[in-house]
Amino acid sequence: MNIPYSRHTLENGLDVLVHEDHGCPIVAVNLWYHVGSKNETSGRTGFAHLFEHLMFEGSQHYDKGYFQPLQEAGALLNGSTNADRTNYWEVVPTNALELALWMESDRMGYLLPALTDAKFENQREVVLNERRQNYENRPYGFAGMALMAALYPSDHPYSWMTIGAAEDIRAARLDDVRAFFQTYYRPRNASLALAGDVDTERAIDLAASYFGELDAGDTPPAVQATAPPPNTTERRLLLEDRVELPRLYIVWHSPSMFGEEDAELDLVAEVLASGKTSRLYRSLVYDDRMATEIAASQNSRELCGYFQVVATAAPGRTLTELDRAIREAIATFVDEGPSGREIERCQAQAEANFVYRLQTVGGFGGKSDQLNAYNVFIGDPGFFERDLDRYRRVTAASMQRVARDRLAPERRVLLSVVPRGRRDLALAGSEPVAVS
Amino acid sequence: MQIDRGRLPALGADPQLRFPEIQRRTLANGLRVWTIQHEAVPLVSFLAMLPVGASADPQDRPGLAAITSDMLDEGCGDLDAMELHDALGRIGGHLDSEIGSDATILTISSLARYADRASGLLADMITRPRLDATDFHRVRELRLNRLIQLRDLAPALADRAFARLLYGEHPYGHMPLGTEPSLQAITLDEVSRFHRTMFVPSRMLVIAAGDATHDALAAAVEGVFGSWRPLAEASQLDRSTWPLPPAVQERLALLHRPGAAQSELRIGHVGVPRRTPDYHALIVLNIILGGQFVSRINMNLREKKGYTYGARTSFDVRRGVGPFVLQAGVQLEATADAVKEAIGELEAIRGERPVTREELLLGRAALTRGYPRNFETGEQIARGAAQLALYDLPEDYFSTFVPTVLSLTEADVTRAAVTYIHPERLLTVIVGDRDKVGPALETLGPSVLHIA
Repeated sequence: MNIPYSRHTLENGLDVLVHEDHGCPIVAVNLWYHVGSKNETSGRTGFAHLFEHLMFEGSQHYDKGYFQPLQEAGALLNGSTNADRTNYWEVVPTNALELALWMESDRMGYLLPALTDAKFENQREVVLNERRQNYENRPYGFAGMALMAALYPSDHPYSWMTIGAAEDIRAARLDDVRAFFQTYYRPRNASLALAGDVDTERAIDLAASYFGELDAGDTPPAVQATAPPPNTTERRLLLEDRVELPRLYIVWHSPSMFGEEDAELDLVAEVLASGKTSRLYRSLVYDDRMATEIAASQNSRELCGYFQVVATAAPGRTLTELDRAIREAIATFVDEGPSGREIERCQAQAEANFVYRLQTVGGFGGKSDQLNAYNVFIGDPGFFERDLDRYRRVTAASMQRVARDRLAPERRVLLSVVPRGRRDLALAGSEPVAVS
Repeated sequence: MQIDRGRLPALGADPQLRFPEIQRRTLANGLRVWTIQHEAVPLVSFLAMLPVGASADPQDRPGLAAITSDMLDEGCGDLDAMELHDALGRIGGHLDSEIGSDATILTISSLARYADRASGLLADMITRPRLDATDFHRVRELRLNRLIQLRDLAPALADRAFARLLYGEHPYGHMPLGTEPSLQAITLDEVSRFHRTMFVPSRMLVIAAGDATHDALAAAVEGVFGSWRPLAEASQLDRSTWPLPPAVQERLALLHRPGAAQSELRIGHVGVPRRTPDYHALIVLNIILGGQFVSRINMNLREKKGYTYGARTSFDVRRGVGPFVLQAGVQLEATADAVKEAIGELEAIRGERPVTREELLLGRAALTRGYPRNFETGEQIARGAAQLALYDLPEDYFSTFVPTVLSLTEADVTRAAVTYIHPERLLTVIVGDRDKVGPALETLGPSVLHIA
């Protein structure tokens, strides 16, 4: 099982990856820039994402907005920014491939001449609206910010969220945009994947024609970040929010993306809290009913990861009860490891999830996006099969060992999110934190 | 190859899409089986569609249809809930269950080699759910807790208030989740009766799509649904007895949420059913007005004014008269102006700024050229096919879509705006902080109704 592809690197350093799939008359154009919020500095947060917005406002040779010609051609398009990368994609009918390449290459090469104060001011407002909608006006919306700030030292680039601080977004200047573009939006810092109803040779020719003329640029500066010091004593925090039910977040430092023990922790999360048969769902929601919902995940990123368990208390139940039950479930897992049935089930599910990922050529998580992820993070677009192997190699013993080494109680950061004015509902000894 | 940055490249001829063949058969018990071969990846999906949704809730039991469908995966046949989900996990299965106003749809996807197991689990859930008391009490409690949590979610509050004020006692006036008093009152007997009388083979359509032949897909369905017999006489689903939604004038309602970070808006009125002959004109109208990024309303409220992260409109067409609605989260201080601008756009497209030639071409092209995207995965195709059945659309619906849209003129679309958008009947719901948005609202016209 894999995603067959051809790779061609242009002279300016842009990687072009092509995957043919003629099942549907559409082509996915997917462009990654290896820049995200971890390339920002403290006090200047939210900038990579704000910049992403400006990429949709027109470029020198087509300055009437990015969406119009593409939507008229039947395209679906979007972009997103996270800590490690920014991606842009179009899914177009076969006959609009060249249009999409024209548009993507124009904004890679010629964004700045079309950039104005008015566009900048407008998108800064839009981003502040996005922050209100997705964080400030949403229950538990500040929890991620509180956790990241607690998990990493304040100069570590994972200590802020990609959306950034509102005051930093307000303080951003047009000059910062120019410098950012010239540093990071360069062919050598990008990877272009084309997947779908396309001929490989023609796709590479077109990509070379449209992107080949652009300057390679300098290699962007490396991210300056030292490994966060491990937590050696448990930390307890509390946040008051407009919520009805208290919620407990439990977080540990964990391995980076594709790193040693990353796959094990994915499957530990699966056994703990994915679906009704998972241990925590069964004990906290199904049997005891102390929680209304439960989730666990290994969140792996380029520099390092974090493992998280989240549980919301049922009315009348306490976070102290949830904490104890979760601690006991993890301790039992560490003592006994997964059962044969559990490991068979979670490996079957993991393998199926790889197959599900082969269904679409474009969009977030489609085949073009995966080729770029593997290329940008590992330098090997063909990593699909080896990625799957990471999960096939996991054993009951390795899951047990990793859970023991990584999920120790004294290394936890615990965040209680409680209704305003109800600090008494937080875990005992929790320190209030301020987030806005 | 020489490139020209002086102009955008021409598109050339639109690619031809070959529509997937749907083979249709009916089992002896009346259950319809549609099959779609889709070999791209070794997966298979089974989708069961019952045209019974939240609008079939008894007047005094909002939430009954949804809690019934929620009980189906709490154990069925020989399996309790844990065994069922263990079995699903072992075939790499994904179970998805959704309940809308008019339909309940359950889908299981799995690796193709486990097709028979997947269809077997789906059939057991639908035909032999256990409906045990312990499970029922837990599921009800979880749904009550969900209602509690929704009190903090502005979009959910806005949707609920909008539906209630727009539809009143009409079956579209409540959320599928129901209300606290109703959930408290629902008994397991009622759930069991709802299941027996609503889930009958003659009403059910099962669509099998994926990496197998038509015959193999059909056999996987027939083998497990073929022996299903109705457990009781089916209760009637007679939409002709539905009350009319209340006839109303322009209204403005404010739900106070102290300290809200923005105002959540819903603006709209009762619309038309899916089977309106003007459906294609309505979707072209919508894509021009508020259905995609470059639509008038998003360009105005987001790109020009900077009031919102995004604003959109939709004709939420259903079997009955679904709503037409504009939605956006907007800055508190700009709330009144955002409402004024939004309503201004609704008026302008049927008056002073009718649909232009450029807009028509853009809207038609976006819909028709983008159409092939809907046929990429087996599950997508199955979902599209389920819509044909739910709304009694003709068998050639997919292949006539593009020519029908392309035949529309500016006049057709402007006429649709005049006919189907009614500024004099608009209901505006605002969920926001009264103290931040209050005084300016008085300038909008209708008096402000404060709701809880």
